[in-house]
Amino acid sequence: MTVSPDAPHDYPPGQHPSLPPPPTSTGIVGWLRGNLFSSLFSTALTIVTVWLLWLLISNLADWMLFDAVVSADSQAACRALDSGACWAVIAARLDQFVYGFYPEPERWRPNLVFVLLIIALAPILYDRTPARKQLLWFSAAYPFIAGWLIYGGIGLTVVPTGMYGGFLLTMIIGITGIAASLPLGIALALGRQSDMIAFRILCTVFIEFARGVPLITLLFVASTMLNYFLPPGTSFDLLVRVLIMVSLFAAAYLAEAVRGGLQAIPRGQYEAASALGLSWWATTRKVTLPQALKISIPGIVNVFVGLYKDSTLVVIIGMLDPLGIARAALADAKWNGLSTETYLFVALFFFVSCFAMSRYSMWLERRLARGEAQ
Amino acid sequence: MIEIRGLHKWFGALHVLKDIDLSVATGERIVVCGPSGSGKSTLIRCINRLEQHQRGTITVDGTELSGDVKDIEKIRSEVGMVFQHFNLFPHLTVLQNCTLAPVWVRKMTAGNAEATARHYLERVRIPEQADKYPGQLSGGQQQRVAIARALCMEPKAMLFDEPTSALDPEMIAEVLDVMIELAESGMTMIVVTHEMGFARRVADRVVFMDNGEIIEQAPPDEFFANPRHERTREFLSQILSH
Amino acid sequence: MTALAIWRQESTRFVALQIGGVLLIFALIAWLLGNVAANFAALDKTFGFGFLWELPANYDINQTLIDYSAQSTHLRAALVGLLNTFLVAAIGIVLATILGFAVGALRLSENWLVSRLASAYVEFTRNTPVLLLILLWHGIIINTLPHPRQALSIADSVFLTNRGVYVPKPLFEVGFLYVLAVFFAGLGATWLLCRRQRDTPARRLSVAVAGVVFSVALAAIAFFLAGNPIRFETPALRGFNYQGGLSLIPELVALTWALAFYTSGFIAENVRAGIMSVDCGQTDAARSLGLPRIRILRLIVLPQAMRVIVPPLTSSYLDLTKNSSLAIAIGYMDLVATLGGITLNQTGREMEAMLLVMAVYLLISLTIAAFMNWYNNRVRLPGR
Repeated sequence: MTVSPDAPHDYPPGQHPSLPPPPTSTGIVGWLRGNLFSSLFSTALTIVTVWLLWLLISNLADWMLFDAVVSADSQAACRALDSGACWAVIAARLDQFVYGFYPEPERWRPNLVFVLLIIALAPILYDRTPARKQLLWFSAAYPFIAGWLIYGGIGLTVVPTGMYGGFLLTMIIGITGIAASLPLGIALALGRQSDMIAFRILCTVFIEFARGVPLITLLFVASTMLNYFLPPGTSFDLLVRVLIMVSLFAAAYLAEAVRGGLQAIPRGQYEAASALGLSWWATTRKVTLPQALKISIPGIVNVFVGLYKDSTLVVIIGMLDPLGIARAALADAKWNGLSTETYLFVALFFFVSCFAMSRYSMWLERRLARGEAQ
Repeated sequence: MIEIRGLHKWFGALHVLKDIDLSVATGERIVVCGPSGSGKSTLIRCINRLEQHQRGTITVDGTELSGDVKDIEKIRSEVGMVFQHFNLFPHLTVLQNCTLAPVWVRKMTAGNAEATARHYLERVRIPEQADKYPGQLSGGQQQRVAIARALCMEPKAMLFDEPTSALDPEMIAEVLDVMIELAESGMTMIVVTHEMGFARRVADRVVFMDNGEIIEQAPPDEFFANPRHERTREFLSQILSH
Repeated sequence: MTALAIWRQESTRFVALQIGGVLLIFALIAWLLGNVAANFAALDKTFGFGFLWELPANYDINQTLIDYSAQSTHLRAALVGLLNTFLVAAIGIVLATILGFAVGALRLSENWLVSRLASAYVEFTRNTPVLLLILLWHGIIINTLPHPRQALSIADSVFLTNRGVYVPKPLFEVGFLYVLAVFFAGLGATWLLCRRQRDTPARRLSVAVAGVVFSVALAAIAFFLAGNPIRFETPALRGFNYQGGLSLIPELVALTWALAFYTSGFIAENVRAGIMSVDCGQTDAARSLGLPRIRILRLIVLPQAMRVIVPPLTSSYLDLTKNSSLAIAIGYMDLVATLGGITLNQTGREMEAMLLVMAVYLLISLTIAAFMNWYNNRVRLPGR
């Protein structure tokens, strides 16, 4: 029986029912009053913001959707059809944006690698994957399988690394960089925290150096100078050199993120492990690292997202990542001047993937916190 | 001095205070007790508008508590509050913690404010800590500073929200001593606490709350000896047996 | 002790491991340097920094803050590049801070709409690569802004074109000195007055504000009395371009705007985290003492929040400075583009040039890190 709170009632002590709240403080009206119109200033702010948003969105929608042209031969042809965005440049070059110059008959290989990537990542990212143990073996073997599929060699035609481009190249650099930098970064963080002063100094010097210089200088080193450090006559593929540099760079930042987690662990944890007779390796593996990594998840994901975005820098040393493809398209006289459309398209790709990564990390954090609360 | 009539409060859809009627006369000392979640802290936080009530009236020293900013400021300068976790300002010295509000709210000169602060620090028996920072003091000392800070505004009434619950056992006594001395000097007090010894010694009335309602209120002798309601009896038996 | 017993001592293993590790690293470095020497010998290359002051640069730079010509040395070119880097970093940092603090404050607004929009702004800047933003803005300026002949003008004195932004250049006459003198005299008097109010901090703030306003008013009066001693050289269209006035090349505009926009998202998150890190019990206590909202912010929340905000803030500033090295992608001549770009290509001195560039950035990073340490020690909350 719902009773109106207005009706005066004298309930004996201990028997007052829980009443519903007054109508103007809940429901849609309540929410609006509290969040959008809670004061004179807030109301004015809401009105001005809604008006500005309307202006912005209607103009943007016109340009991006309603007046846009999706297929045409050139920029001039677009202009003849309508006044909005000319997405035709993307449509005309979509293949390049996705695969770079990977030969068309072999494109099933990167496609397969992508599908296998999802299968390889599933047991790592989600702990309730069915047949997880078996799939983890597959994940361990995946880098070799993927490398063979993409590059070729035994049984498959070789596709030289210079032909990789577009989103394919971004994924190669991003995924390899993340996978390689994680163990390196953890090792550096442990080294920096170590009681052994020699290792601590070496790791600190490396970390501070890598964090103090811009990535572009390291990429220049990779493209022009790295060969000098190898015995005369040998040389590495440019992509491999870039992957090495990017991984080392990210490892240094990762080391700092993990170090924060290591420092957050109370002294008592180490003391308890010592008292139980655990060796350094066992303590690190079973006690310290799991806790430290859990705490550092936001920092770690930040580094990964940063690495992924930094892969775009390879355009400056002449590799054809999506920005490189965009520039090549813009250099074509047919599409010159459509910089906004091409870059917005690339931005959309990055936004979606980075957003997904950060949402995953938030989910992971919640998941682990719940695990602890049990 | 403080009149609460027909007070209702909801947190979202949760009805946390149900039809509260409470009168506190000048110089009266009220102890509010009850199980956790009964709404005792919410009730006293409504008195100085740290929480907003949706229905009913609260009148402090003749001024009704409403959305009016001027009324709220007036009431806050006449009612002091001491918190469970002290809430001292860690970046200011003990003395600065105490002189902050008198200078900025009562517009006192720095000299007068400092004199007042030292007087009250003397009263809570830690005048020598005036230039230390809160982080350098023990829990009991910090809470006493918090009491002095509230007293520096020369309030007409003091609210205490579980002032000793976060203290180590050996420090509870020093804070309770200060509160007893304050009560005996005639301050109007509403104290939310589990310290029944304090209630027996100092309270004029003990109020028992459960599930958002006031179940029973009586002078301490009667309250502890003859609790009338079953829930009161249940609560007392849990609290008074170790 | 027997040899075996010594070996089983913890300290022996400790030391042995370290010695082993260090020897390994040194061996690696020696091998790498040996390879470099061999490669250099095979290619007839030498290693030396003499090229910096011996050879003329032989290239022009589109924006020079100091005197420079194609005959200047490579060292001078590098200096011009360094100054350009500092220019971009300085403007970018100021813009990013203003934007970042504004958006961070908006993020904490009670108004749901405003805080969600601020949130979207932060998400957008954090999920976009900075190089993309630079190229995007550069493209917008080049492709959307009109040719100088059809320039967009604001009040007929600021001109937006795809060759740059042209603003009037202030030329100060002698009379301006008097205006400045009056202004600073006013500020000085205000300061003295404030000192006398030492005992009543509440009143001191009002005196300070009133004093500054009064000084500005006095300076304005002096300005008129001296006959408006500032002339502006307005840019004027001559032929295909604007002459006179101050010109901001599109590369500078695009770079600073993109960097500021990108970094402001991170700063906004810092500000929000900093303010939220102040325990709500602090505001409870301040409110219960009767302090009004703005006082609470200024006296209680901000001092504690700044401790949490400043370290990541200086990190963001450092990131902005390092990101300015991407200038080479749009042709802005910063340190990397001059010394690490054209100079490197022309002289073939990759090692020396890159080492120098990296050393400069390292120096900047270490300076900022030292500052951060000093700041953290200074504002440490005194504990037991």
